[in-house]
Amino acid sequence: MSKVNSWIKSGAPWVWLNAAAVSCCILLVLGLMLMIAVPGFGHFWPSKIHEIVTQDDQSRTVLAGQIQDREEVSAQRLRESGLSVPESYDSVRRYLIKVGNRDLSGQDFVWVPELIIAQRSQPLALVVLEREEWGNFYGYLLGLKEDNSLITMATAWEDFEQRLERTSSLRDQISDLEKGRIGSINYRLERLRLRERRLELKGEQDPRAFAEIEEERVALGEEYELLEQDLLALNEEIRRDAALMRTASGEEVEIPLYTILDAFKPNTMGLWGSVGHFFKKSWQFIVEDPREANTEGGIFPAIYGTVMMVLLMSVFVTPFGVVAAVYLKEYARQGLLTRIIRVAVNNLAGVPSIVYGVFGLGFFIYTLGGSLDRLFFPEALPSPTFGTGGLFWASLTLALLTLPVVIVSTEEGLARIPRTIREGSLALGATRWETLWRTVLPMASPGIMTGMILAVARAAGEVAPLMLVGVVKLAPSLPLDGNYPFLHPERKFMHLGFHIYDVGFQSPNVEAARPLVYATALLLVCVTVLLNLTAIRVRNRLREKYRGLET
Amino acid sequence: MNNESTLLLDENVPSEDRDAMQPAVPEDLNIGKVAVRVDKLNLWYDTAQALVDIDLDIAEKKVTAFIGPSGCGKSTLLRCFNRLNDLIDICRIEGSIHLQGRDICAPGVDVAALRREVGMVFQKPNPFPKSIYENVAYGLRIQGINKRRQLDDTVEWALKGAALWDEVKNRLHESAFGLSGGQQQRLVIARAIAVQPEVILLDEPCSALDPISTLKVEELINELKQDYTIIMVTHNMQQAARVSDHTAFMYLGELIEFGETDQVFTNPRLKKTEDYITGRYG
Repeated sequence: MSKVNSWIKSGAPWVWLNAAAVSCCILLVLGLMLMIAVPGFGHFWPSKIHEIVTQDDQSRTVLAGQIQDREEVSAQRLRESGLSVPESYDSVRRYLIKVGNRDLSGQDFVWVPELIIAQRSQPLALVVLEREEWGNFYGYLLGLKEDNSLITMATAWEDFEQRLERTSSLRDQISDLEKGRIGSINYRLERLRLRERRLELKGEQDPRAFAEIEEERVALGEEYELLEQDLLALNEEIRRDAALMRTASGEEVEIPLYTILDAFKPNTMGLWGSVGHFFKKSWQFIVEDPREANTEGGIFPAIYGTVMMVLLMSVFVTPFGVVAAVYLKEYARQGLLTRIIRVAVNNLAGVPSIVYGVFGLGFFIYTLGGSLDRLFFPEALPSPTFGTGGLFWASLTLALLTLPVVIVSTEEGLARIPRTIREGSLALGATRWETLWRTVLPMASPGIMTGMILAVARAAGEVAPLMLVGVVKLAPSLPLDGNYPFLHPERKFMHLGFHIYDVGFQSPNVEAARPLVYATALLLVCVTVLLNLTAIRVRNRLREKYRGLET
Repeated sequence: MNNESTLLLDENVPSEDRDAMQPAVPEDLNIGKVAVRVDKLNLWYDTAQALVDIDLDIAEKKVTAFIGPSGCGKSTLLRCFNRLNDLIDICRIEGSIHLQGRDICAPGVDVAALRREVGMVFQKPNPFPKSIYENVAYGLRIQGINKRRQLDDTVEWALKGAALWDEVKNRLHESAFGLSGGQQQRLVIARAIAVQPEVILLDEPCSALDPISTLKVEELINELKQDYTIIMVTHNMQQAARVSDHTAFMYLGELIEFGETDQVFTNPRLKKTEDYITGRYG
């Protein structure tokens, strides 16, 4: 008994308790990361395609696909759905198989109970086609067609790969042309239209001004004609080839090559081939645009939007928060009023974020944005420029949301600076402002950076307010591009957090979207960590620089 | 700061009859040319009086030391000379201090300009988190002097003046925090003299230093008095005796005795002074 007592007295149980709590936290974090990472990464791994022959009472079918999931289901349930299951079974294992070919069969995922599987094999010749539309195609390559005439049967695969490369380079050219030069002409035409409208609104009488605009418009039109001819030629080129395919069930289909994004045979891939494919697909996920209602393709615009928004938010919140903190700490007479303000600022940090979203929508967008439109962009009305959600308002809303943390940590940073430093500067004839600017603020910069780190962490993960102030599920163009004035803060943008919500819960094809939810979540975590690490490194360098004189 | 005021409420030390008869400053004292004249200076923190009717003349290009027990107001008095007490909201001053004929306590005085004329060195070395060079150049840059040549010359001159040049001339652009405590204190002195003040205030400049560094700073003070009027606060009576020309003994916010250092230490006119310097209280 006394042994237990002395053990308790020694404080060892506390140490154990603390250690256990820390371990729990670490386990939770690791578990969370693992839970996100495994399905997320698994999506990019080229799993083998099985050809499965099913045989039940009435019919025999053949299907090919990748096994996505397996589960035990009670025999009772299967019987109710019309399958004859022998009495001896309590439960049956069934597989979720991604069979693709949505254009042919209508559904690209099927559940297959194990007990009706008659035969299972992995034929080497099975091909996966990633297509622009209708999702994946699974089947065999029969032959190739050029200009509608069958050209080859024997060494079809090598030939097919070469032709695929040709179409993909043509596709790149077309998209460069469409998004790059033609897009820029369209943008300039739109600006011309707005300029003309502005002149009209001003009541401009001089016909020369309008003639000038007309002249430019004609020039742009001519340029456009030329580009369009190029585009037509390229479109003609890209439609030359087609692949003749056969599905596992024996249907023959002709698939134009320009609809195929990628083709591979997972059953012939070795380990290294699979690893290479995995990295290729992961990379494409990061750098490509989404397709098919966000269930296919990459998430580049979402990453871009998230990072842009966080950076812009930091640009807004840091100066504002620092100036406010400096006034509160350095200039304001400390008393009841400053105490009330501090309490209010701290409470702001506890306000639910959706409230900020509502405020952003009501005040920033409708009130400020609406006035801005009337004052500066009347030519674009009735379609709003700043009077609708966009990157600018979203950043500003989040800046408001993260303002308290910046103020609080800047104040703490200012409080840590020894009085002797300030007095030393003042005693040399510096004014209060000079002291602040030359000595105090640089020394408080690590504290300011801490505030920024917290702000970035909070802003990057925020979704709810953004839904109200400018995030969309699919943004037609990035907020930063090659068209003058390059940064378009009024544009709507995509965001990783919202993308998770959209893909996970608003998607027309839940099964196809699910792995993307995990992958996107993983990326969101990575982006947040990356932004944070950058800020932390900057802070540590500042800390190193202003170290010393710890009092 | 507040402990000074509480100390003031303490019981009065019994003053002997001869003390009551004696003025703090003997009438026949001739200190030569006066740099700073303090007239009827009273200072309150809120309601507590920290300085009581201080009348004092400080000699030009001499070292004047303030001694006295903790909380007697000597640092407060020192901080009146460059108006550093302005930073304390509850501080209120009456009376006047004349620096070369101008009243520096008057409203409307350009405090920043005053502080360029009256440099100050603090108890703990307080270099800025900058290079040695930038520390010394700080005061000049504040004044808008950014010419490389001029800065270089002044920095070298000031560091030589503070007897630090030889030790740091090869690492001027390294952080000032790399210096030892004594070097930092001399750097701070160099920083103060770089703006070429009239008066230098030293607030216990050696209390955070080891004996060897202390010796170096004391030697430096001896050299500096050729060019500057120096007012220093010290707890160390041997130091006051070694380096100062005049000594003021303060107690409970009052100036008790002021005179030539030799006279104050060897033949104090007042009993309180004698008690203090012989270590009977304080």
